[in-house]
Amino acid sequence: MKILVCISNVPDTTSKINFTDGDTKFDTNGVQFVINPNDEFGLTRAMWFKEKQGATVHIATVGDASVEPTMRKALAIGADEGIRINAVPTDGFFVAEQLASVVKDGAYDLVIAGRESIDYNGGMVPGILATLTGMNFINTCINLEVEGDTATAMREIDGGKEKVQTQLPLVIGGQKGLVEESDLKIPNMRGIMMARKKALNVVEPIGAVKATVDNKFEKPAPKGTVKLVDSADELIALLHNEAKVI
Amino acid sequence: MSVLVYTESENGKFKKNAFEVASYAKAVAEQLGTSAVAISFNADANNDLGTYGISKVLNVTSNQLQTFNAEAYAKAIAEAANKEEANVVIVSSSANSKYLAPILAGKLKAGYAPNVVEAPSNTTPFTVKRTAFSNKGFAHTEITTDNKIVGVSNNAFGIVENNADVAVEDFSPSLDDTDFAVKSVEVDKVAGKVTIADAEIVVSGGRGLKGPENWGMIEELAEVLGAATACSKPVSDMGWRPHGEHVGQTGKPVAANLYIAVGISGAIQHLAGVSASKTKVVINNDAEAPFFKAADYGIVGDAFEVVPQLVEKLKEFKAQNA
Ligand SMILES: Cc1cc2nc3c(=O)[nH]c(=O)nc-3n(C[C@H](O)[C@H](O)[C@H](O)COP(=O)(O)OP(=O)(O)OC[C@H]3O[C@@H](n4cnc5c(N)ncnc54)[C@H](O)[C@@H]3O)c2cc1C
Ligand SMILES: Nc1ncnc2c1ncn2[C@@H]1O[C@H](COP(=O)(O)O)[C@@H](O)[C@H]1O
Repeated sequence: MKILVCISNVPDTTSKINFTDGDTKFDTNGVQFVINPNDEFGLTRAMWFKEKQGATVHIATVGDASVEPTMRKALAIGADEGIRINAVPTDGFFVAEQLASVVKDGAYDLVIAGRESIDYNGGMVPGILATLTGMNFINTCINLEVEGDTATAMREIDGGKEKVQTQLPLVIGGQKGLVEESDLKIPNMRGIMMARKKALNVVEPIGAVKATVDNKFEKPAPKGTVKLVDSADELIALLHNEAKVI
Repeated sequence: MSVLVYTESENGKFKKNAFEVASYAKAVAEQLGTSAVAISFNADANNDLGTYGISKVLNVTSNQLQTFNAEAYAKAIAEAANKEEANVVIVSSSANSKYLAPILAGKLKAGYAPNVVEAPSNTTPFTVKRTAFSNKGFAHTEITTDNKIVGVSNNAFGIVENNADVAVEDFSPSLDDTDFAVKSVEVDKVAGKVTIADAEIVVSGGRGLKGPENWGMIEELAEVLGAATACSKPVSDMGWRPHGEHVGQTGKPVAANLYIAVGISGAIQHLAGVSASKTKVVINNDAEAPFFKAADYGIVGDAFEVVPQLVEKLKEFKAQNA
């Protein structure tokens, strides 16, 4: 089985979010970038397929050279080879078109992406990618088994979960549950050394339209100070009369 | 031309978000000087959509579509959009809508803006405000393609009554076996429980509750309020509560009218996922807990004393205000 894990390079979850250039750009100053958490769960599941079922694991990222440290980390976790599509990822449709081109060239059986990137929260790349390549698609995937050409998965739905079955080739939008938190691997020294020698191929983007543009950003209005109350009665009165939520 | 909206139903009954997205579609249709058309699947009371400004409903009745199937539903919606010459399609932020919207975007070659919180600020260029960076910011996003998909954030626009004469038409999309390549084997859902996605009020418990045996009072609080129950990540990681209840940046997003956090410290990743909620209440015995900085109302106190009192007083309140 040939697996492609799509890795999005995102600000660490603890990052302070600021905007610059007249609020038209995300301010990367002092921000630490990491593998998108949803993709880290997916990558770890891919490593399971590698160890248990002899899969090969490739990774792809659409980004400029600044994403390479994040890609090297994914290689250190155990992916075999990386492909960087050399373009700044400003639009989900554009990113999906780039990845679709890589997927078609590489004849992958399974593409593991994340439910969403925690930066722009598009939640769209895997679904568009699946449609562009004609592959089957399962979103919010919390468990995945592959036996021959048949994939059995669990997906999270509102209020519960659903077991689904389909055939490869398949794209998933994964999240926590694919593996447990405790299964996540911190790359060891040997992994880091080996990752330096692994191929990280750079390809140029294909021509594709941009479907959306983020013209301006805004921070949420500063929060007023909390009103502290001493009793249940007081709280209920405020929720009823002031906030009008009960 | 028209604006098409996918109105979700379950067992024939429209979900609350169906009326919210219908209201939103009507607002967009007015901005564009056109009408709002809905597509529904196996829904019973399609006429009800007229209350929210929908002038036509394409009603799909099909046994094959009793269970949600993202590919087949997306294909049907794409066909409806073509038939109605709708180049704006409105969906909700439910798990199902978020599943089918990107497929639809691929089919219609449409730009898709998810998590939108307001009616478009402009229609030429078509610009919407949406949350980004896990609620730590907003983006003003322009959709540049001819076809456009807008995903409306839960409880953001609200339900707006706007009576229209509504015509209900049967619609039979042309589907074939390949559209059902992903097959539902089994749905595991607790019946009769409010889901986090649909809830107007969410009651959430954290590690401060000490163990799963103490969740009775959280469930009681949720019950008096008609709320959904949720939890912080460590609580689900330790198996105190099911994973489906985990909310936050890596769990389910919450955009409720009221979010009550009990024994939750308010870590940045937790807040990122719940801060779209309008009113936040925190109950924590540590006055320094970071959640107090993000909350509207707070009680500094022991959850094991405060919550049972709150349950009693709310019961009295409900009895008086019923
Ligand atoms: C990549 C990443 C992603 C993450 N994603 C999420 C996420 O999606 N959601 C999430 O929740 N977390 C997430 N986390 C974890 C997060 O950082 C915190 O560890 C977690 O939210 C803490 O959970 P808690 O508030 O329940 O527990 P704690 O931080 O242990 O807080 C318990 C609180 O209970 C209070 N307390 C104790 N006893 C009582 C009492 N008797 N009465 C009242 N209060 C009491 C304490 O004062 C304390 O404030 C993530 C972390 C990382 C690194
Ligand atoms: N620039 C990118 N390069 C590679 N994969 C990406 C990129 N952006 C998004 N993805 C993948 O698509 C998923 C969903 O991202 P998004 O649609 O941006 O929320 C991510 O979890 C990644 O798996």
